Amino acid sequence: MAPAFLHGEGITLHFGGVTALHDVSFAVERGNLFTIIGPNGAGKTSLFNVITGLYRMDTGDIHLEGRRISHFPPHAVARVGIVRTFQNLELFANMTALENVLTGGHLLTRYGALDWCFRSGRFRREEAALRAKAEAALAFVGLSAQQDVPAGALPFGSARLLEIARALCAEPKVLLLDEPAAGLNLRETAVLGDIIRRIVERGITAVMVDHDMDLVMRISDRVLVLNYGEVIATGTPAEVQRNPAVIAAYLGEE
Amino acid sequence: MAGWTSRGHRLGIAAFAAGLAVLPALLPNEYYLTVLIVAGFHTILTLGLNLLMGYAGQISLGHAAFYGIAAYTTGILTARFHWPVPAGIAAGLALVLLVSAGIAVPTLRLKGHYLAMGTLGFGIIVYIVLNEATDLTGGPSGLTGIPKLGLAGVTIASDLHVYYVVWGAAFLLFLLAQNLVRSRLGRALRAIHTSETAAAVLGVDTERYKIGVFILSAVYAGVAGALYAHYVTFVSPGSFGFHASVQFVTMVVLGGMGSLWGAVAGAVFLTALPEVLRAIEDYDILLYGGLLILCMMFLPGGLAEGAERLARGVRVLAAGGTPAASGRTR
Repeated sequence: MAPAFLHGEGITLHFGGVTALHDVSFAVERGNLFTIIGPNGAGKTSLFNVITGLYRMDTGDIHLEGRRISHFPPHAVARVGIVRTFQNLELFANMTALENVLTGGHLLTRYGALDWCFRSGRFRREEAALRAKAEAALAFVGLSAQQDVPAGALPFGSARLLEIARALCAEPKVLLLDEPAAGLNLRETAVLGDIIRRIVERGITAVMVDHDMDLVMRISDRVLVLNYGEVIATGTPAEVQRNPAVIAAYLGEE
Repeated sequence: MAGWTSRGHRLGIAAFAAGLAVLPALLPNEYYLTVLIVAGFHTILTLGLNLLMGYAGQISLGHAAFYGIAAYTTGILTARFHWPVPAGIAAGLALVLLVSAGIAVPTLRLKGHYLAMGTLGFGIIVYIVLNEATDLTGGPSGLTGIPKLGLAGVTIASDLHVYYVVWGAAFLLFLLAQNLVRSRLGRALRAIHTSETAAAVLGVDTERYKIGVFILSAVYAGVAGALYAHYVTFVSPGSFGFHASVQFVTMVVLGGMGSLWGAVAGAVFLTALPEVLRAIEDYDILLYGGLLILCMMFLPGGLAEGAERLARGVRVLAAGGTPAASGRTR
């Protein structure tokens, strides 16, 4: 069998004496929506932090398209095409919505020092192309009307969508969504589910962490369940829902 | 600033250039010209410091040291070793570049306020060296006999010519900074200011950017220092101590963090103010402190924000409305 598009093997992460992740392996197929669930403190966000280089795993390996990306610093992980959003919003509050999304496209422009010094033709062309992409990303999540609003002034639901637009503008191969539905109401969650499905339909592989089981079961292709830092189940949403170990972890053993 | 059209931006820059060109003709006497020249040195330094503090959010409490290193390097090389002035200035800038890289690489790799601590200590060390290395620097009594600005045997002696050299440099460095902040680099610096983590996961090499902007801001200070040395022809450690570093930080904050126009306004205003308030010269540090507190309380965006508010008010009045009414219609 060919190796998966994005896969990790034997990932272990300790914080002092606490084991946050223990021998975690996962395999994400290209074009899938792969969701990680688990009770609070199961290690879901830690796994995202390991993949994006914010935490340094003790053992284990991560590959994207067969290329080893273990221990890459965060900006190098972005460079190979993995971009994420944050559970606790990390927007650039002092910048407008559009400027946030333009920053998402940081790696898309290639102009050099002489180009920006003298605002050369190349600079103008690349900046104009980037702006068009940023505006398209804002339109995709439905925030075109708010493009000049400072990110810090956006309501919570819009701020979540802005984080997604900012990540999309990076044109990632893999989009990591850390609890995108947290704090959203039912209507906002429905809109979000729709947006995530459309992202996957555009050919972007997505990995999501979330607690909203209705959303997870409705839109995911594959689900991985973490409990106390260990993988207890993987499979389709239907398989995972029937798995006794998962039921025990969520409801407590009888 | 962000909402400015590029047409408005070009108009602003053209007005700035025209203003600089005609200003000397409007001055009643030479004394004002001297004040403006000194304001030019401060403007150059404040522009660089604003890129570092206002845009990237990294605090330096030792920028007067870079100002001093460049001033002393070119001063010593030209006065004692009879180097040509341009070579002295180039050597001063090269040394500033090396020293700032030497400080930036270890301190900026760490997160948090290590840069503020590191630069504070560095500034004090430089101040002590300038005082103690008497054989080289002349010690507390200073270094005399630095030649006037000049190139290929032509000396730029008159204050009017120095004014055009200094403000010409300030204008070019202003344009460079403007073009920098209006590019991918400017967005990356502002992103680092609010969330280094988010900037990094979007592909910004935060360490490289922080080191780069620190070195650039130090070189701005170096340009100011080298020109200063060849204007006053005499340097002493007192101009480059902790007090001076704090004064430059005040210029950035009072002018407006993250506004290059604010950097110019803050530097010119705080250079002119002590001249106006000569009578209380010994208390000017109190005045700076007081201004900083008032500014933080009432005008967190500095003079740049004040001017923007004023312009908005004027537009509203010109349109025949009252500010309150316009607030409601929006």
